[in-house]
Amino acid sequence: MSIDDLTKRAGEWLSGTGPMADIVISSRIRLARNVSGYPFLSKATDDQRAELQQTLRDHIDRLELPDTTFYVDIDDAGELDRRVLVERHLISRQHAEGEGSRGVAIGRGETFALMVNEEDHLRMQALRSGLQLDELWVEIGRIDDMLAARLDYAFHKRYGYLTACPTNIGTGIRVSVMLHLPGLRMTGEMERVVRAARDMRLAVRGLYGEGTEATGDFYQVSNQTTLGRTEEEIIDDFKHIVIPKIVDYEKQARHVLVREKAVALDDKIWRAYGLLTTARALSGDETLSLLSHLRMGIHLSRIDRVAMDTVNDLVVTTQPAHLQKIRGAALSGEERSAARAEFIRRRLTSDN
Amino acid sequence: MLCQRCKKNQATVHLTDIVKNEKYEKHLCDQCAQEENITIKSHTPINELLASFVLQQSDAQELADLKCEQCGTTFVEFRNNGLLGCPNDYDVFEEALAPLLERAHGEGASHHVGKVPHGRTGETEKQQRELVRLRRQLNEAVEHENYEKAAEVRDQIKALED
Repeated sequence: MSIDDLTKRAGEWLSGTGPMADIVISSRIRLARNVSGYPFLSKATDDQRAELQQTLRDHIDRLELPDTTFYVDIDDAGELDRRVLVERHLISRQHAEGEGSRGVAIGRGETFALMVNEEDHLRMQALRSGLQLDELWVEIGRIDDMLAARLDYAFHKRYGYLTACPTNIGTGIRVSVMLHLPGLRMTGEMERVVRAARDMRLAVRGLYGEGTEATGDFYQVSNQTTLGRTEEEIIDDFKHIVIPKIVDYEKQARHVLVREKAVALDDKIWRAYGLLTTARALSGDETLSLLSHLRMGIHLSRIDRVAMDTVNDLVVTTQPAHLQKIRGAALSGEERSAARAEFIRRRLTSDN
Repeated sequence: MLCQRCKKNQATVHLTDIVKNEKYEKHLCDQCAQEENITIKSHTPINELLASFVLQQSDAQELADLKCEQCGTTFVEFRNNGLLGCPNDYDVFEEALAPLLERAHGEGASHHVGKVPHGRTGETEKQQRELVRLRRQLNEAVEHENYEKAAEVRDQIKALED
């Protein structure tokens, strides 16, 4: 299995299935862990980094994981391959752009990825489509237990799992849910949601997490605090309060749009469809915004000629690195816009 | 609609508050909403919060002078990049870190209450600290081409690991 094989289709987390999948695109749980007896990575020598990678890789190889894995040595991987992994949410930007010995073990179904030598020695994440936090917690918790049986984690009786940055200590858990919220944005309610989230110590970010803007109305909501509460409490907050509330607000906003602005709404949706099926050059941002309108139109049954999973798939496969992989050539910005338009046109017109 | 506060810009933030059954509406532009602390310009990463907090704390010279003997990280270094050097730093910088952690993780959040790795004992913590110290000694010995010492330390690491 290679990275080229991945680019042919989107991962399971984009399949558009699972609870609340019309609004909740995907869920993710990440655990940060460090191996005891070693310094954190900012103080590790090159030899220690290499040793850590080898040790962790050996252990991972011997686990009975829920899926067969393939390992990518990120330091050796080409620029394009690294970016494909970021676009698929299998590794972080920081991991792609970092330096030194580092890698990632990826389950073939792309439901989990174990990053070695990111900011911490080990960052394990599980991903799934829709809101499936309990399933994710079981999956990643089991991998965590299997590793804990083989090696000692840096653990402190007061502070729990120790991490390089104190913002992650305690549970080391990061729960992120990716949401599609065009209704809240169009009705001007998004600001209120962001504010409420902030009061609950949650972060609201763009499609690619830290430091990214929300394009195409795709938002990631994640917990900011990791100490003083159990993993289950943190997860339950998302499952029972945060996500159902936001999903409910979004549904109400869409309902208001249908009731009060049906013509303007349909116009947006059909213009998006028109542009996506006829344009000769599309930028990445424009594409995401058009796909967002189309996606909402499908959910509201205002348009039925495109399948939801086709749109989900296009959100990832029209990203720059994916386009270039699919084309098999490096493309300039202008060439990418043309290739993107052609790719989308084909996908949407062959769906009928 | 114009912003009620500056009466110049378009109002983009609309608030409805109900206080004692009285309904209040507020229509503000982005800038005024920010000035009234109703909205924030953009999300402030918690790392930045930490950094500014650490900065104030580190006025005390004794904090600035703190240094972890095991990994060599100084408090000033941590203040500058927000990253700790090894597990032992949490104990060395504890006094400065405790209020900061509570600020970052919420009031009362001073202890881990979640998952514990299977089969932990008090010995493990001591051992992990010792290993970090020995690995640093090993590096220093190699750097100074003191191979006899390096071999000795390497044996000690092996013995501890087994």
